Amino acid sequence: MRNTQYPITDTQQALEALSAPKKTRLHELWALFRENRLAVIGLVIFVLFLLTAVSGVILTSGQNPVFDPAMVRLQEKLLPPFTRPHLKALQPAQVPTLGIYLFGTDNLGRDVFSRMLQGAWVSLTVGFVAVGISVLVGVFMGGIAGYFGHESICLDHILAILVLSAGAIFLFMGWIGTGAACMAAGFIYTAVCLFARTRTGQAQRRGIFRMRAISVDTVIMRMVDIMLCFPSFFLILTVVALVPASMYNIMIVIGLTSWMGTARFVRAEFLSLREQDFVTAAKALGVGNFRIIFRHMMPNAVAPVLVSATIGIATAILTEAGLSFLGFGVPPPHATWGNILSDGKGFIFDAPWLTFIPGVAILIVVLCFNLFGEGLRDAMNPKLRERG
Amino acid sequence: MLSFIARSIIQKTITLFFVSVVSFLIIHLAPGEPSQVDPLNPKFTPEMLERFRQEFHLNEPLYAQYIHFYKDLFTGRIVSWKDNRSVLAKIWERFLNSLPLFVVGTLLTWTLSFPVGIRSAIYRGGLYDRSVTFLAYLLISIPGFFFAYILIILVVTTLHVPVIGMETFGLDTSSWGCMLMDRVWHLLIPSILGATGGIAVLSRYVRSQMLEVEGQDYVRTAKAKGLPPDVVHYKHALRNALLPFVTMFGLILPGLIGGSVIIESIFSWPGMGRMAYEAILARDYPIILTVNFISAVLVLAGTFVSDLLYLVVDPRIRL
Repeated sequence: MRNTQYPITDTQQALEALSAPKKTRLHELWALFRENRLAVIGLVIFVLFLLTAVSGVILTSGQNPVFDPAMVRLQEKLLPPFTRPHLKALQPAQVPTLGIYLFGTDNLGRDVFSRMLQGAWVSLTVGFVAVGISVLVGVFMGGIAGYFGHESICLDHILAILVLSAGAIFLFMGWIGTGAACMAAGFIYTAVCLFARTRTGQAQRRGIFRMRAISVDTVIMRMVDIMLCFPSFFLILTVVALVPASMYNIMIVIGLTSWMGTARFVRAEFLSLREQDFVTAAKALGVGNFRIIFRHMMPNAVAPVLVSATIGIATAILTEAGLSFLGFGVPPPHATWGNILSDGKGFIFDAPWLTFIPGVAILIVVLCFNLFGEGLRDAMNPKLRERG
Repeated sequence: MLSFIARSIIQKTITLFFVSVVSFLIIHLAPGEPSQVDPLNPKFTPEMLERFRQEFHLNEPLYAQYIHFYKDLFTGRIVSWKDNRSVLAKIWERFLNSLPLFVVGTLLTWTLSFPVGIRSAIYRGGLYDRSVTFLAYLLISIPGFFFAYILIILVVTTLHVPVIGMETFGLDTSSWGCMLMDRVWHLLIPSILGATGGIAVLSRYVRSQMLEVEGQDYVRTAKAKGLPPDVVHYKHALRNALLPFVTMFGLILPGLIGGSVIIESIFSWPGMGRMAYEAILARDYPIILTVNFISAVLVLAGTFVSDLLYLVVDPRIRL
């Protein structure tokens, strides 16, 4: 009996002892997270990597960068790390900023250290943007499937979509008249449907056109199944090879081919959250659907998404490095860790640092994201924590 | 049971149809055309181009091309645009090359990850468990191509054996044993590389599954009644922990066609992955689409098999 320790007259104190501890969830999470030493190391490296990448993009871009990653010095090629440049052989502008080749030079005499700095930004943005896209798509799809899943798509919706897409295809193929007519018909039909629905309040299901055909949940989950059928790296490779090479295309492609896991997580969370009392209460108060989804349910479903996003960043960085390695990545002369390694592989016995420096860098960054993600998962999952 | 089988077959056929449509659209709507792959080639005159387009139905609307393609695929008459050889024969040839890699890699994965995972679950929190955990993360995180070069340097400089390609040329005259060893050496590193990721992931999964079961009441009961630890671990706990892995047999199937692009290109291994990579470079649409289609079939078949296995193994699941 805890509250007997306090004198009953001191009501204030007794009440405080009874109320919940004044620690926020974030504090608790941090306390749990801190116990996992590997995860903390992961976090530290992650922050260091972030700083490196940001300073890298500042120091290596612009007209006259501090570290010039594209400066070719053919007389200084394939020098090992920590070599001092031969000052006599160089123009004053060609002398490396640090006065030393920290990571050596490559087969064109470019400073590997500045190239690594430039590449860090690519890895970082590819990881974050690709995962950002995949999380957005995944949360959207999973949220809709989980929240509106029981609602069905009726035959008339399908008809409207068919008419609209037929119109789009006609327009695309150049039959402007037919296409425009189809689009117009589709829009008018949709508007009429929406109008009828808002007037009667609840849509009445009568007649063959209002038959329930398929539920929203089924449609979205079948889409997930379809996406899972594609071998992912092969699909990414195909698309990247077909579209013009650029960093943004790679991010979009990686993002659009990796949202399925997130969608499944979010759907599963939403299915259980939807039945809980606080959602019913919010509905009873007349809160709108989207406010319920984003304000009330999403914060409760965010933990697994966060974990899978962290690990997704690791995977995206690896995928980008792999694409760069195969020559499909960010087009040269922009340096990425993958293409530094790929260029260096021809000199693997003469200049092993060209392989090892980018390789180890990728390894460390990916490892830190993995460790951080796993630590986060453990900290957020009390059941797993008790058992280990 | 029968209704479940019928239902999932229908469902998977529909999924397969949509996969075929989507992959067809991705390939054909993307910018660039197969006839423009080599615009500087002097042999590629406009007349040739026209003949090429005529021959492969490239002038027809998309849906007609789609029907042509899948009709050819199902009758087995589909040919590669690059060298006019039958696509199915080409894939079969490359598949036979990739098969040893796949078999050895899968065997390595499944034989190594179980003992490792079980041991680290039993000695949870100990030095062994912690070092294995760290090693597993290391192996998950290491880029495959980087690891490949580390292994190549190691093996070539210490053991002095050839590792690139499928076999050493000009060994036909040497003895039978010599040729066998040559093949084994060539096979070993690519299969180890193919297996590393699998070993790391699977052993983690075995460990967590084993921990889950070890926390159950019946395991505590078994311990409490004084059974020797080996019996508790291997007879009571392990058997129940194995359940989810039975279903994973089905999920190996897609790996058959997967054939890692990166590893096969590093080792010049003439397998599936490399063929697909070359097909992408040459915009050889029939091969890309066929590989995609077969792998989708394998994924769907794999999930089907794993559902069935679960049904057979776990009496608690009814449909």
